[in-house]
Amino acid sequence: MLQITCPWCGPRDEPEFHYGGEGMPLPPDSTDAEWAAVLYQRPNPAGRTNERWVHWAGCRQWMHVVRDTLTHDIHEVRPVRQPDDFGSPA
Amino acid sequence: MPASQAGRRGFESHRPLSAGPVAPLERRGFCLGAAGLPLVVSRRIFPTPPTVAIRLEHAEHNPAFLWRNPEPKPSYDVVIVGGGLHGLSTAYYLARNHGITNVAVVERGWLGNGNAVRNTTVIRSNYLREESMPLYEFSLQLWSTFGQELDHDVLFDPRGMLTLTHSRGEAAAARRTVYANRLHGIDAEWLEPAEVKQYCPIVNISPDVRYPVYGASLQARAGIARHDAVVFGLARAASALGVDLIQGCEVTGFNIVDGAVRGVQTTRGRIAAGRVGLVGAGRTTLLTTMAGFDVPIQSYPLQALVSEIFDQVLPCVVMSGALHVYVSQAHKGELVMGASRDNYLSYAQRGSFHLIESQIQAALELYPIMKRAHVLRTWAGIVDMSPDASPIIGTTPVRDLYLNCGWGTGGFKATPASGWVFAHTLATGEPHALNAPFRLDRFETGALIDEHGAGVSAH
Repeated sequence: MLQITCPWCGPRDEPEFHYGGEGMPLPPDSTDAEWAAVLYQRPNPAGRTNERWVHWAGCRQWMHVVRDTLTHDIHEVRPVRQPDDFGSPA
Repeated sequence: MPASQAGRRGFESHRPLSAGPVAPLERRGFCLGAAGLPLVVSRRIFPTPPTVAIRLEHAEHNPAFLWRNPEPKPSYDVVIVGGGLHGLSTAYYLARNHGITNVAVVERGWLGNGNAVRNTTVIRSNYLREESMPLYEFSLQLWSTFGQELDHDVLFDPRGMLTLTHSRGEAAAARRTVYANRLHGIDAEWLEPAEVKQYCPIVNISPDVRYPVYGASLQARAGIARHDAVVFGLARAASALGVDLIQGCEVTGFNIVDGAVRGVQTTRGRIAAGRVGLVGAGRTTLLTTMAGFDVPIQSYPLQALVSEIFDQVLPCVVMSGALHVYVSQAHKGELVMGASRDNYLSYAQRGSFHLIESQIQAALELYPIMKRAHVLRTWAGIVDMSPDASPIIGTTPVRDLYLNCGWGTGGFKATPASGWVFAHTLATGEPHALNAPFRLDRFETGALIDEHGAGVSAH
């Protein structure tokens, strides 16, 4: 089980969170291929990845989590400050 | 004794005495109602599987090693990346159906290491979509002769599978799948709770539980096989037919010239290839990234567990989609249980314990008899999830490079058919009729094959 340090609540267990997947922006005007990439193409990195989680059973806030998919280590948790804040590359 | 007979005899002994006789399937009431649809549909849109087994003249019966362990040659007609069940099956059918034996399977670990031995061995064909049903049904038919075909008993055991429902909506959806299956010549029945209890006596059908059983769909020809034996049988047969199975050989790059693949770079040197097939399951995107194109696959852990060994108490496979648990009993006696996949991306081959806890909670409500059982082992495999929960099989943007992935949580059952159609695709350069709909560009055209409802594990 993962333990994620919520920016508001401190270290909490994974069942209190909901996984939000990778954040990515939508392009405003696109071809079918570009829309297919937006809708279906998700990063699948082996290593560090930027994710969003929501602490649904706690403060109900969304946060950015930098996690390693090879080790399950969590390297960083920081709040989402603005709707278009997708975080810096891992 | 032929393998298939051995399997059948074993099956008879699994049914617990307390289960009593099971009514012949013909006598189980199944009314199609006002629609007046025929009970038996003869239209078959899948090919007839072979009845003549190939003779494995070079395969010894009790050898020290089941397959050769060769050094990689500089060049092959076909290189298959990934030595899981689908990779082995592809190599076997390349040799068997197409006479292409100058083939290498390169595997970064060892055979019988990854998802090939991390699955829960369920075999069935009761999918919903008209693209899926023929593919999985063809696979189920191949399973029925697979042991004879490979001259290696894979313990295929068509003991039947119940898919329980726990609400009126879920029951209606399950009946819809039953109708769809019958229209495609696939056996499917609807059982009321009392019939569920008769078919599988340990299921708790009390209405006084959180998720009472509203009935179940039954595929009587569904079942299980022994996954290790499938690895051994396929590897032995492919090796005997001339396929080089190269273990400890990780692909580190592709040699692509003018938009066509000409070989692979590996930890054991460069290997030239006329055609390359990627069968990397959870590691598919690591390969396609090296080859320079994207596929909509994400990799998640899917956990399973077994109990200690018991007498046979569970005469069939039982799934519950709503409760996210499925259970069967291995021939050896362990209760084999699977759950939902974990929610986060991972390559770590382990998952989170709270999923196991919730799957055990569901299992104990459905099968109170299991409350004294213990979890003996848990593990996870990394599954390759596609957006529509259907596989991707066919060509790629790189010429002579072909892809077979996206089987997600349900690949084991498809082992024979997946290899059959992918071998056809590799041999001819064109998809087989059965895998033609499963093309990579369906995510652009919108011709998705949505099978999210077909599995237990967020399929």
